[in-house]
Amino acid sequence: MAMNTVSTINAMPAEWRDFFALTKPRVMSLVVFTGLCGLLAAPGNIHPVIGFTAVLCIALGAGGAGALNQWWEADIDAGMKRTARRPLPQGRLRRTDARDFGIALCAASVIIMGLAVHWLAAAILAGSILYYAIIYTIWLKPRTPQNIVIGGGAGAFPPLIGWVAVTGEITLMPVLLFAIIFVWTPPHFWALALFVQSDYAKVGIPMMPVVAGEAATRRQMLAYAIALLLVSLAPWWVGGTGAIYGVAALVLSGLFLLLTLPVALRRRDGDQAMRPEKRLFAYSVFYLFALFTALVADRLLLGQG
Amino acid sequence: MALTPQEEERLKRARKGRNIALGLVLLAMVVLFYAITIAKVSG
Repeated sequence: MAMNTVSTINAMPAEWRDFFALTKPRVMSLVVFTGLCGLLAAPGNIHPVIGFTAVLCIALGAGGAGALNQWWEADIDAGMKRTARRPLPQGRLRRTDARDFGIALCAASVIIMGLAVHWLAAAILAGSILYYAIIYTIWLKPRTPQNIVIGGGAGAFPPLIGWVAVTGEITLMPVLLFAIIFVWTPPHFWALALFVQSDYAKVGIPMMPVVAGEAATRRQMLAYAIALLLVSLAPWWVGGTGAIYGVAALVLSGLFLLLTLPVALRRRDGDQAMRPEKRLFAYSVFYLFALFTALVADRLLLGQG
Repeated sequence: MALTPQEEERLKRARKGRNIALGLVLLAMVVLFYAITIAKVSG
């Protein structure tokens, strides 16, 4: 049965679900959410249809970049438990189809963003796609343990793009939103890398815990958690938001720091459960949703900025 | 290499599903571009 599927699988046209899976729907939900929040928190008004189009383009661009990432990393994905069930390692899709699908999505997202919304937003979107697909995926991810720090830059673009879609200019506030996600990404991802690191070592991706060791990774996570506390409060300090955001940022980032402490200070001593790491990872996802929700609530209720 | 009847069936099903998905995407784009045009013209 298994032999049979392998030999016939390449002759089969892929199902639409396989193409959908190429866009990394779960990552996209965070991208759509932060992009939407950037758009809603920006001063000024945007026609709902144009705003919807902007968020749609951010999602399409992220989906296209995700497809290009999976096209390039199909061999790596095949060697890791977490990613081995993706369509390309499973052979449910031709590699060139994944590449073309990714390019088509990216091109469509940038063109529609430019024509319907704003060319500066389109330019930043194009830049973020190239940054993720080329600088991160192809160039730096397999070469440096700072790959996650660099990759965090790609994930940090959506709120900036959403903001610029409304205002048409890059100011301090959207850059601070960019900085928040940029600083948030390393502790978020390294928490995950700590409990799946054996997989990364197997496929030769130089993740920080593998290269620099666990202890160094944990120390760096603490440094980023402290930086995150400061950076997340910056929008309040510069007067870009009101107290709703300020208090939320203080509480959320303080809790982030508190949850990072046990991860940073402990060594693995036969405890394979990695509970503090898993708890921090789960909280880090909630953190980003909650912080950006507070940002929008602040803008809508207090009307700052 | 001839396909077995089961493979033939699967192939048809996958192709049909993709065609429906593509059709829906095209329809959505028509609606979206119409809505953008109205928004631009009225704005």
